[in-house]
Amino acid sequence: MARLEINAVSKAFGAARPADGLSLAVEPGEIVAVFGPSGSGKTVLLRMIAGMFEPDDGDITIGGRSVVGAPPERRGIGMAFQNFALFPHMTARDNIASGLRAGGNEVAGRVAAISKLLKIEHVLGHAPRELSNGQKQRTALARALIGNPDVLLLDDPLRNVDAKLRYEMRLELPNLLRRGTAAVLYVTQDYREAMAIADRIAVLIDGRLAQVATPADIYAQPASVAIARLFGDPTINLAEVSPVAEHGMLSADVAGARMRLEAADGAAPAGPCWLGVRPEDIAISSASADDAIPARILAITPMHEKAVLLLRLADGTEWLAALPPDAPHGAADDNVFVRFVPDAAMLFDRASGLRIGASHRLKAA
Amino acid sequence: MEHSSLAGRIFRGVALTLILIFFMFPIVWIFLMSFQTNEQILRIPPRILFEPTLANYEALISGQLRTAAGNLQISFMRNLFNSVVLSSAAVVLALLLGVPAAYAFARFKFRLGESIAFTLLSFRFAPPLLVLLPLSLYYQELGLNDTYFGIVWVYQLIALPLILWIVRGYFEDISPDIEHAYRLAGHSWREAFTRIAVPLAGPGIAAAGLLSFIFCWNNFVFALILASADKQPVTVGALAFVTASGIQYGQIAAAIVLSVTPTLLLALYAQRYLVEGLSLGAVKG
Repeated sequence: MARLEINAVSKAFGAARPADGLSLAVEPGEIVAVFGPSGSGKTVLLRMIAGMFEPDDGDITIGGRSVVGAPPERRGIGMAFQNFALFPHMTARDNIASGLRAGGNEVAGRVAAISKLLKIEHVLGHAPRELSNGQKQRTALARALIGNPDVLLLDDPLRNVDAKLRYEMRLELPNLLRRGTAAVLYVTQDYREAMAIADRIAVLIDGRLAQVATPADIYAQPASVAIARLFGDPTINLAEVSPVAEHGMLSADVAGARMRLEAADGAAPAGPCWLGVRPEDIAISSASADDAIPARILAITPMHEKAVLLLRLADGTEWLAALPPDAPHGAADDNVFVRFVPDAAMLFDRASGLRIGASHRLKAA
Repeated sequence: MEHSSLAGRIFRGVALTLILIFFMFPIVWIFLMSFQTNEQILRIPPRILFEPTLANYEALISGQLRTAAGNLQISFMRNLFNSVVLSSAAVVLALLLGVPAAYAFARFKFRLGESIAFTLLSFRFAPPLLVLLPLSLYYQELGLNDTYFGIVWVYQLIALPLILWIVRGYFEDISPDIEHAYRLAGHSWREAFTRIAVPLAGPGIAAAGLLSFIFCWNNFVFALILASADKQPVTVGALAFVTASGIQYGQIAAAIVLSVTPTLLLALYAQRYLVEGLSLGAVKG
């Protein structure tokens, strides 16, 4: 039982700053996904915790003791690598057992137990080159898990496995990781994976943590436009608006239509804003209304579980709408009217990109 | 391959045979020569069929060279022994020094690292004769002239750069993550080096070792200058066959057969390791 704490850690490689004052704490038994676009510093953070790089500044503690400067083998860390990093000259069994220092019968028993859990008992005698990618990845996970480490670092472990297995593992991993009391940091570039596996998601952008929150909070209340755009497929629709307050309600002109936005507890934000509406919050109708944006359907992509519509709003802005496949949505080149629930609209400051009115939303939640 | 026509296969067979004959002929001819007397070898036209004789081998092993001008003492067996000792010791020393150095050059960036590596390689640029004159003066001063150690040391000029640069490439090809994974599993860097890096670079180390063994074995000029008769390897010892009464072709051929055999056996044995493990594929890139 040990808490992992990262305190104001910075690291620079020449001009690049993959870590710029990062602070994050992971409780024992908690899974925190470190999510961010490639090059945002996720792997560097993991490698500093593992002891492959030392931070230039700041401290990393495990169970209250600083591990900065300690050799990797003394940190009590298990790690699974994106490229598996199995030892090619050892069998799967020896690969897994290498994580244990003790000898004798205990090793065989624990290897048997962990490989049963990961369903790789039948390939223990095989060399890594004889394993499928899925089996390699499970072997690497078993090797990371077997020593019951205080801290478990998973560097995009599902990157190199096929789609079906990735889905299976998304279901399986949370249970597997919660068996122990390890503090788990899970690096991924796939927001779905982060949302499926993690208790909390730490969004890393350009070496800084942009937001740390539960998956539901991040999706519903992203701290900034940049975060809102990272979560969701198709990505969030944006329009530049200048909201005004009337009768305690915010509204804004969107492509000529006066759209009601969420109820504001204060005055209208000063200056231009980004309006963000998720594609699945959009409704399409053929009937005109004051609070509906005239638009034209440019294309429809049927995706079976949903239909994605490319719309051109009256002012030329292109938006995407994701509708249930059986919902009436018209055909390409139809003129339609776009609406959304006021609560679904998010406002971001145009200059800083930060979300406006977060306090109100937090109260409601 | 399955689609190749009969004509194509015949052509391939003929071409392979010709190439094989071209490369193997000198070796086969020398092997045949080693069982003939000088008269048999020099007769015109040469004949494939002859009465084989072991006289050449007897002369080499007994050290008695009978020529028209009389009996000559030769120390071929001694030379052969010297070659084995000198080359093996040089390669072992170069591996002990070169493999850790290659690892350091592959894994760590340090000040002047590239310059040091290149300086070591540049030892191979200089013509050996240029180095030898000052070196022999130093050796006389240091008392290293005509010692096994002195020759093994000078052989490092041949073996060390070769091993360093070949093995370095192999270490660079190993994903550092594999070693990190081993260290996180609770092992020191020394263990990661000996149990992960060295076994994985094994084929490269074997190749570099074999290659530098062959280079050391074939070296002529270092031992010619720096060693006297009882420390000289076969390459220098072969000079003894150029005698006052003519060149002893039969004995030269037998000497070549005997001196090529150890390297050939070593190459055949190491071949397995050179190929094995080059495609271990445990890391997906």
